Amino acid sequence: MNITVADVEQVARLARLELGPDEKGLFAGQMDAILGYVNKLKELDTDGILPTSHAVPMENAFREDRACPAIGVEKALANAPDRVNSFYRVPKVIE
Amino acid sequence: MEIFDLTIHELHGKLKAKEVSAVEATGAMLARIEAVEPKVGSFITVTPEQALADAEAADRRIAAGEADVLTGIPLALKDIFLTEGIRTTCGSRMLHNFIPPYSATSWERLRERGAVLLGKLNQDEFAMGSSNESSAFGICRNPWDLTRIPGGSSGGSAAAIAARQAIATLGTDTGGSIRQPASHCGCVGLKPTYGRVSRYGVIAYASSLDQVGPLTRDVTDCAIMLGAVAGHDPKDSTSVDTPVPDYVAALSGDIKGLRIGLPGEYFIAGLDPDVQAAMDRAIENYRRLGAEFVDISLPHTDYAVATYYLIATAEASSNLARYDGVRFGHRSPQAGGLIEMMTRSRSEGFGAEVKRRIMLGTYALSSGYYDAYYLKAQKVRTLIMQDFIQAFEGVDVILTPVAPTPAFRIGEKVNDPLQMYLSDIFTIPVNLAGTCAIAVPAGLSASGLPIGMQLIGKPFGEETILRAAHAFEQATEWHTKRAPL
Repeated sequence: MNITVADVEQVARLARLELGPDEKGLFAGQMDAILGYVNKLKELDTDGILPTSHAVPMENAFREDRACPAIGVEKALANAPDRVNSFYRVPKVIE
Repeated sequence: MEIFDLTIHELHGKLKAKEVSAVEATGAMLARIEAVEPKVGSFITVTPEQALADAEAADRRIAAGEADVLTGIPLALKDIFLTEGIRTTCGSRMLHNFIPPYSATSWERLRERGAVLLGKLNQDEFAMGSSNESSAFGICRNPWDLTRIPGGSSGGSAAAIAARQAIATLGTDTGGSIRQPASHCGCVGLKPTYGRVSRYGVIAYASSLDQVGPLTRDVTDCAIMLGAVAGHDPKDSTSVDTPVPDYVAALSGDIKGLRIGLPGEYFIAGLDPDVQAAMDRAIENYRRLGAEFVDISLPHTDYAVATYYLIATAEASSNLARYDGVRFGHRSPQAGGLIEMMTRSRSEGFGAEVKRRIMLGTYALSSGYYDAYYLKAQKVRTLIMQDFIQAFEGVDVILTPVAPTPAFRIGEKVNDPLQMYLSDIFTIPVNLAGTCAIAVPAGLSASGLPIGMQLIGKPFGEETILRAAHAFEQATEWHTKRAPL
């Protein structure tokens, strides 16, 4: 493995994280060590093995198609960092 | 014996006999919290008003002759469980001001039975860690040795039991986060089978691995708590609709003929000698109780940590995408546009370990690496599950240590994430396989630190591991040892 600062910057962009210069270098080294370690999975032959996404086999759970009470606008907005009337307010998206 | 030293079943006896009221018991717990909390740091939020109101309601129930075994029992919850109207932080600056609009199903179920809420417990940020050191709300110390970590991520849930600040607690376990702190703090901790307990209202880390479970002073309490929180919940589509057995009734004490597997891969050369000695004594104890031992192999054990750190981080990077500063949680005050607002809010709100795991998960899921990392890990997960299925063809229970060493020192592994990750080597495979396991006190090291034994069961085999743990507990005195605090 060889994770560079540029790799870290690219992944940080995808993850919507902003890292300081020291943090980028630190993460590059640590991610390099961790990904180097996880590369041991390559030792295993997994041809023909089905992937497991859930340990318990289950199908979609459906409920009755019926309106139920929800928590309501005031409760839903109670933790909003910023709001207008019954909406969340965010910085301008389109200039 | 003080009230705070009691188990659920002991305190229930005193409440029912009117030797003590729920308000008196709660007052004793709050006084104990105040006395030892500056040393330990188990709590993020203590809720004395809520606790006393709950206790008064419990006393009315007891007076009316409607007392359940949990009525009036002072409990505390890891701060990952949503509690309506009570701040829930998940150990993160991101949620420092978050007041949930609803409660977790597991807490609702305990409430319905009349339990008392003492407060919300310290934990690693977003349940990511093995030492509680990633909490944004201060250090939590091991009550057995205040220079050491209590384990993680449910560090506060275990430390509060050991420090006698709560009669029982709830934690969550994604890779060992109930069992490892239980082991390090000398208490009982159970990770149920995936789907046994509802995850509704539990802040998500890695959704295919997360499970809710109890931490208690003894196995009987563990059975009581599991019975209270287990069962299908229409609000969690992954909760399984199978009947909840009477777990307390399963504690018969009889384990004659129980077949216990010993996996060679868990009894490795690097095992701490005190841990090895404790396991040897436990095996001897079980032999005397009539159990039979079978040498087994779980051949893919060595790949479990690598598999976990791909699957868990991938799921975490997706789950934690919701923290964008729009609807709840921290919003950066100084940001021009929307993307900048989201990026700054996340960068200010998350700590280093959470950022590291989001980065790893994002990398493992990113274009060009998905097959090599995430898909590969899901395939190895299948092999790890198959190891357990094959092993359980010949045994009823698997016995292993919980952790390779007793609690390490605060700061010891904080700069080396990979070493920190490897401390979960014996607990992670159980989460990947989705089955159940219990940690039980099984010894003290030469320097007086608790050592835990892990009993792994078949899927939905909680009754068997509880029975086996209970039989061991009745034959030993480890669960009666108290932290010198």
